[in-house]
Amino acid sequence: MSRHLVTFRLNGAAREVEVPAERLLIDLLREDLALTGTKEGCSVGVCGACSVLVDGVLLSSCLLPAIRVDGADVRTIEGIAPAAGRLSPLQQAFIEHGGFQCGICTPGQIVAATALLAEDPHPSRAATRHFMMGNLCRCTGYFGIVRAIEAAAGAGDAREGGTA
Amino acid sequence: MIAPYELHAPATAREALELLARHGEDAHLMAGGTSLVLLMKQGLVRPAHVVSLHRVGELRGITRSAEGWLEIGALATHREIERSPLVRAHCPMLAEAFAKIATVRIRNQATLGGNLAHADPAQDPPPALIVLAAEVLVLGPRGARAIPVEELSTDIFATSLGPGELIVGVRVPPLPAGARATYLKYLPRTEDDYATVSVAAAAVVGPDGTLPHVRIALGAVGPTPIRARSAEDALRGQRLDERLIAWAAALAAEATDPLDDARGSAGYKREMARVFTARALRALTGARP
Repeated sequence: MSRHLVTFRLNGAAREVEVPAERLLIDLLREDLALTGTKEGCSVGVCGACSVLVDGVLLSSCLLPAIRVDGADVRTIEGIAPAAGRLSPLQQAFIEHGGFQCGICTPGQIVAATALLAEDPHPSRAATRHFMMGNLCRCTGYFGIVRAIEAAAGAGDAREGGTA
Repeated sequence: MIAPYELHAPATAREALELLARHGEDAHLMAGGTSLVLLMKQGLVRPAHVVSLHRVGELRGITRSAEGWLEIGALATHREIERSPLVRAHCPMLAEAFAKIATVRIRNQATLGGNLAHADPAQDPPPALIVLAAEVLVLGPRGARAIPVEELSTDIFATSLGPGELIVGVRVPPLPAGARATYLKYLPRTEDDYATVSVAAAAVVGPDGTLPHVRIALGAVGPTPIRARSAEDALRGQRLDERLIAWAAALAAEATDPLDDARGSAGYKREMARVFTARALRALTGARP
C-alpha cells in the first residue's frame, strides 16, 4: 500500500530501489535485482538457504522486510569472492573438502561460515557446529562442510593475503 | 504473498505511540519481525498499518544501573543479550537462556520486546526472566508502568498490554546474595527447535543446606509460562535432599497444562517437566545435574 525508497550498498555497489512496504529482501534480491545466488528454501527462517549479511550480521532474507536495509551494507553470495575469477579461501575450501553435494544450500552455508569466521577466526569444532546448526543440508553433507570451514580457518594469515 | 500494508517508521517511542493511537486496531507493531513476517506470510495477521520500530534508537541497548539492575531495551536482539558482557558477567543464566533460542540468524533479528509481546508460551526468555523477578517496562496513552514478566502473558499469544501500549524494555534486579540460577531446555528433536519443556530455577542455598529463596518457572507446558508456586512453597526453608527434590518436581509437573503435539504427548511433557525440574534443582545445589 505504501512504497519506499531504499538506498543501500549491495556487494560494494551503491543501489537505490523503490519497494512496496511488504517486499521481503529475498524477493528484492532475486526478483527485482536478478541476484539468484541467494536461494529460497523453507521460506520460514529455518533452513538458512537465504542467508545474507546485513552490516556483517547474518540474517534470513526471507524474514526481513527490504526497507530494513535502507542505509545498510548488504553482502550476498555474489559478493563473497574477492574479485572476478577468484574465490575466497572459504569457497576454495568448500571445493577442496567436499563441502557440497547437490549445492542448493551452499550459498547459505558459505555466507553463514563467512559470518562465523569474521566473528571467530579460529572456532572450535563445537563452536562451528553450533553456529552452522541453522544451515540445513538435505544431502546431509555436514562433515564436508565442517571440514571445509576448519580448513579455511586454518588458512589463518593466508586469508588476509587474499590468496585463493 | 504478504497482503499490502501502509508502513510507518517512527524515529521515537513517542511517535510510535501517536501512530498506535491514530490507527488503533488497524495497526500492528513490528520489532525484529521474525514472528510478524511469518504470521503475515501465512495470512494469520493482515494489518492495514505496520509501525516498524527499527529506527527507534532509544529502545536499543543494554545497561546496568548503580543499584545493579540490568536494563535491556526492547529492541535488543536475542544475540546481543546472549553476547552482552554485562549480561554474561551479572546474569550468566540469562545469557545461556538466550543462546538456546533457535539459530544464530533468528537470534540476530528477533528482539526481547517482540518476543514478550508475541507471548508464545514455548519461548525461552519468559521462564528465565520470571525466576529472575524481571519487570516489563511499558509506555502507553496513560504514561509509563512496569509489569512483572510473570503477569505479562495471560493466555496463548495474549498479554495484559492495553490498547496503544508499547514495551520499551525489561529490567532485571540483581539476584539475592549467594543465589544461583539455571535454565534447562529439553530438545529431543533438533537443537534449533522449540522446547518440549524448559525449566528455569533460581535459589539461595544457605550454609545449612536450606533454601531461604527459591523460584521455579516452566515453559512450553501450558498456555503461558508456568510459575511452580506449590513446588517453591514445598522447598522454601527446607533442607534440600533427594526426597524433597522428588516431591517438589512432582508438584511442578502437577502445575503444568501441556498439549499433545509433535514435541510429545501431554503425558510425556508432564513427565519431562518432573524430570527436568529435578535436574534443575540438583544443578542449583551443585549436585549431579
